[in-house]
Amino acid sequence: MREISTEVIREALLDCVRRACFILMPDVRQKLEESLRTETGETGKSILRQLIKNAEIAAAESRPLCQDTGVAVVFLEIGQEIHLTGGSLEETVQAAVREAYKKFYLRKSLVDHPLNRKNTGDNTPAMIHTRIVPGDRMKIGFVAKGGGCENMSRIGMLTPSVGCRGVVDFVVQTVRDAGGNPCPPVVVGVGLGGNFEKAALLAKEALLRPLGRPAELPADRELERTLLKEVNDTGVGPMGLGGRTTALAVHVKSFPCHIAALPVAVNLDCHSHRHVETVL
Amino acid sequence: MSSSPQIITPPMDETSARGLKAGDEVLIQGVIYAARDAAHKRMIAALDEGRPLPVDIRGAIIYYVGPTPGAPGQVVGSAGPTTSVRMDAYAPRLIELGLRGMIGKGERSPEVVAAMKQSGAVYFAATGGAGALLAKCIVRAEVAAYEDLGPEALRLMEVKDFPAIVATDANGQSLYQRHQRFRNDFFPDC
Ligand code: SF4
Repeated sequence: MREISTEVIREALLDCVRRACFILMPDVRQKLEESLRTETGETGKSILRQLIKNAEIAAAESRPLCQDTGVAVVFLEIGQEIHLTGGSLEETVQAAVREAYKKFYLRKSLVDHPLNRKNTGDNTPAMIHTRIVPGDRMKIGFVAKGGGCENMSRIGMLTPSVGCRGVVDFVVQTVRDAGGNPCPPVVVGVGLGGNFEKAALLAKEALLRPLGRPAELPADRELERTLLKEVNDTGVGPMGLGGRTTALAVHVKSFPCHIAALPVAVNLDCHSHRHVETVL
Repeated sequence: MSSSPQIITPPMDETSARGLKAGDEVLIQGVIYAARDAAHKRMIAALDEGRPLPVDIRGAIIYYVGPTPGAPGQVVGSAGPTTSVRMDAYAPRLIELGLRGMIGKGERSPEVVAAMKQSGAVYFAATGGAGALLAKCIVRAEVAAYEDLGPEALRLMEVKDFPAIVATDANGQSLYQRHQRFRNDFFPDC
């Protein structure tokens, strides 16, 4: 049995929020630079250059990469041999998010009720996904998820007969319809299979995978290659103003599903792609 | 696209608005207003009740933005554009009253484009997510109205060399049309 104090979790989360919001992750930066070499449109190139410069300014002047510092999405993988001390885990996470968004001057973007829409004032509640896993380690994943890209995400309960082509069409149409709204170049998270809610979660988990790391299953890897090509062939381009860099990457995460089902969820993330992981 | 950016200094008159073409790069200088969903809703409510708007929008440019608060010593922290489609329900009314420019990201509805053609207004795209870079172009920011709305308050902003691209011009020409079909059944928020 290993003990972890919630105080340690609080500190780790503060650090995750800071890194995610102020520092463009190296994998994203590298992809942007690669895209600048392959982009052919002048407007597209000019936007990609702005994004690289934006990251430099954000780091040098401690300014958030983007003003929408998002809803805080927290993934907790807790080893079953861990004993947590020091109070409620849920409360710790919410308190850490509250503290981080205040301390780092981040935007408070949550409203208390979807229809009343009064700002909660502290960017809580965070969306928390907890999983108990074997072992005595704890993994914290943090995503600052912007509204623009989240809102262009979609889920489809397709019929199995549409097969691979049907899945590709659904994903490509989602990106096409999203246009400039999700701040392309985007990272496309695709959750394939499971059921209604599992597919959505798979899509978000797919976003957490570092860019450049291949999917586990060969079938998913092949689908990713097809999707990336077709998404970039849409010509949506940086900020939807045209060009060949529509997506920096497509990540597929699949799961078994019902004989009658073919769920596919597409979770779009913008070029800020604020994802951080840490292991305690 | 023109080779060197044109300088735009609000208030803009109809002739200069009509002179801009989709794809033109511009640098905006001077005073603009920052407003997003909630501030627009209140402005339209004021008009509905026959009250005046809190600021003079004739010739003005509205930037769709909700900045992060500035850390000590900063005017604002990060301030990139939000998705414009959410303001589509309100924009035609303001354009009729003389609004000449809007800055945001993503495509506009046919109703907004029609109003732009009718009255002579321009839609500029700024780079979404380049919040740090764009915030550096904001040299002054103060709440002009609706302070209780927090990040959504109506703000006056003085900008210097603020980079944008004419995405849709007053003739209705648009950089987006070539790449996507418009969907108005989504209301993205950011
Ligand atoms: S989609 Fe992303 S980059 Fe664009 S405004 Fe929202 S959070 Fe920022």
